[in-house]
Amino acid sequence: MTVSDNGLSQRDLFTSGVGNLRRRHFVNRALEITAWVGAVVAVGTLALVIGSVLMKGASSLNLRFLTTPTDPFGTGGGISNAIIGTGILVAVATAIAVPLGILIAIYTSELAGPRAAFTIRYVLDVLNGVPTIIVGIFIFGLMVVGHQQSGLAGSVALTIVMLPLVARSSHEVLTLVPGTVREAAMALGASKWRTVLTVVVPTAFSGMITGSLLAVARAAGETAPLLFTTSIFPNLVQTNLAQALPNIPVTIFQFSESPDPAKHAQAWAAALVLIAFVLLINVIARTFLARSRRQLGPGGR
Amino acid sequence: MPGIKEKVHPARLHHLQPAEGAAGRDEAQHVQDPKRAIRHVRLEGLNAFYGSQQAVRDVNLSFEPACVTGIIGPSGCGKSTLVRCINRMHEEIAGARSEGRVLLGEIDLHGDDVDVVAVRRFVGMVFQKPNPFPTMSIFGNVASGLRFTGTPRDEISDRVREALQGAGLWEEVKNRLSTSGLSLSGGQQQRLCIARALAVEPQVLLMDEPCSALDPIATLKIEELIGELKDRVTIALVTHNMQQAARVADTTAFMLDGELIEVDSTERMFTNPSDQRTEQYVTGKYG
Repeated sequence: MTVSDNGLSQRDLFTSGVGNLRRRHFVNRALEITAWVGAVVAVGTLALVIGSVLMKGASSLNLRFLTTPTDPFGTGGGISNAIIGTGILVAVATAIAVPLGILIAIYTSELAGPRAAFTIRYVLDVLNGVPTIIVGIFIFGLMVVGHQQSGLAGSVALTIVMLPLVARSSHEVLTLVPGTVREAAMALGASKWRTVLTVVVPTAFSGMITGSLLAVARAAGETAPLLFTTSIFPNLVQTNLAQALPNIPVTIFQFSESPDPAKHAQAWAAALVLIAFVLLINVIARTFLARSRRQLGPGGR
Repeated sequence: MPGIKEKVHPARLHHLQPAEGAAGRDEAQHVQDPKRAIRHVRLEGLNAFYGSQQAVRDVNLSFEPACVTGIIGPSGCGKSTLVRCINRMHEEIAGARSEGRVLLGEIDLHGDDVDVVAVRRFVGMVFQKPNPFPTMSIFGNVASGLRFTGTPRDEISDRVREALQGAGLWEEVKNRLSTSGLSLSGGQQQRLCIARALAVEPQVLLMDEPCSALDPIATLKIEELIGELKDRVTIALVTHNMQQAARVADTTAFMLDGELIEVDSTERMFTNPSDQRTEQYVTGKYG
């Protein structure tokens, strides 16, 4: 075997006989383990949350629980009024926040100058960071004081939570639309708005749906914006937006504050319904994300 | 201007204003062959800028009808910017502007009251990378330009077929017109983009390095296609591939640092150029 000047054989250079190589192996291994532990913590936390909700809530969850309104005196009732109320609250908030958020995104990514776009995105990020309890108090002061709690006030509060999420995520997807596609449309004689409407927005559409669905999932679970705006509600199915609407998050809070242990079990069951809804929305969002990747990804050129 | 080409309705030309002084000079040729006159592009004293940086310096260049004019030069010499001034895509970039005249026939395309949409109806463009619209079918891609320009609905399917035939793609796609444009290979996608540009029946076709993202066989097909198309449209071909210019261009222009160094028949440019810098470039001394 050939031996080099420093006394190492060629073979030594390719095995962990060299000190430096062994140290690099060790660092590599340590980092792998650290990352692996981090991943386990993340997945484990989610599994624990879902697992404990499932264990404590499953016993009270049945069809009757989903289809009858709350029973104020016992545990015979369910949460149908809260499910319907949350559905209305989130639907109204979505109907306002999604079109508005997408319009803001089209403005910031397609029409605004760089400075205006930067400012608006910055404002949206700040809005996204505002604690939701403050959003609740703000709407309380604006729409509840001097009037009464209402579903509309709750929806508007949820809209404020959703708006920056929809606008920012839509903006990101719109900027992923390749400039070459915009150029192609312009070079064919399409005006600016025609290019945006017929080429850019359709290309980004799946991605904008993904962002909007994630915002819906987030809004469905928000409690703080509803505490001041739509938390004093009757134990029956309510669909009038001018009055306070029963909703799942506040119901969970009320049940868990009850002295009756049977109500606690119902709180867990309501939590299970909420988590199942959020997970479902997330799965749907994922499928749209996959479609968006196909249209925007490197294979899409 | 009747009889320019059957399908170009005179009404579509009304946005284009004649440039002062251009008519007289061009008259002799115009009278001889009106069809060809509107395919003739002349750049007069063209300067183009990005902010304060000048990318094209005082270029005078003529693109003859029924000719492929190749533009060669090292990266960043301004050749792409030059052709993007012809269909006014240059001005779409923030901070970009140009000076001088771009004459199509006798009309100054940079004139104040010329409609940019009309310009792009007459001057089509094919880009470096195939860029079909990702959400549209093969048919939808070719029809898109027609829809942008308000072509009557009942004409569209015939014009799409003609355009695909013109781009040599019809036989390959006629049974799958409703599938996504992205389902095609890179070379097919580029021919789809050529068909898309041809569908609006432009008189001039700008091709900005159309083969740079393609394999040699796809490149060969596009080059053959360019040869077939030149009788229908005037072609300006930007290329960084000198062999390509030698193969397909009738006239070749050499640019360096934003200036037009030399323009001549392709044969002369590659065998006996008059400028030393051209000779150095075509023999591979720099660039």
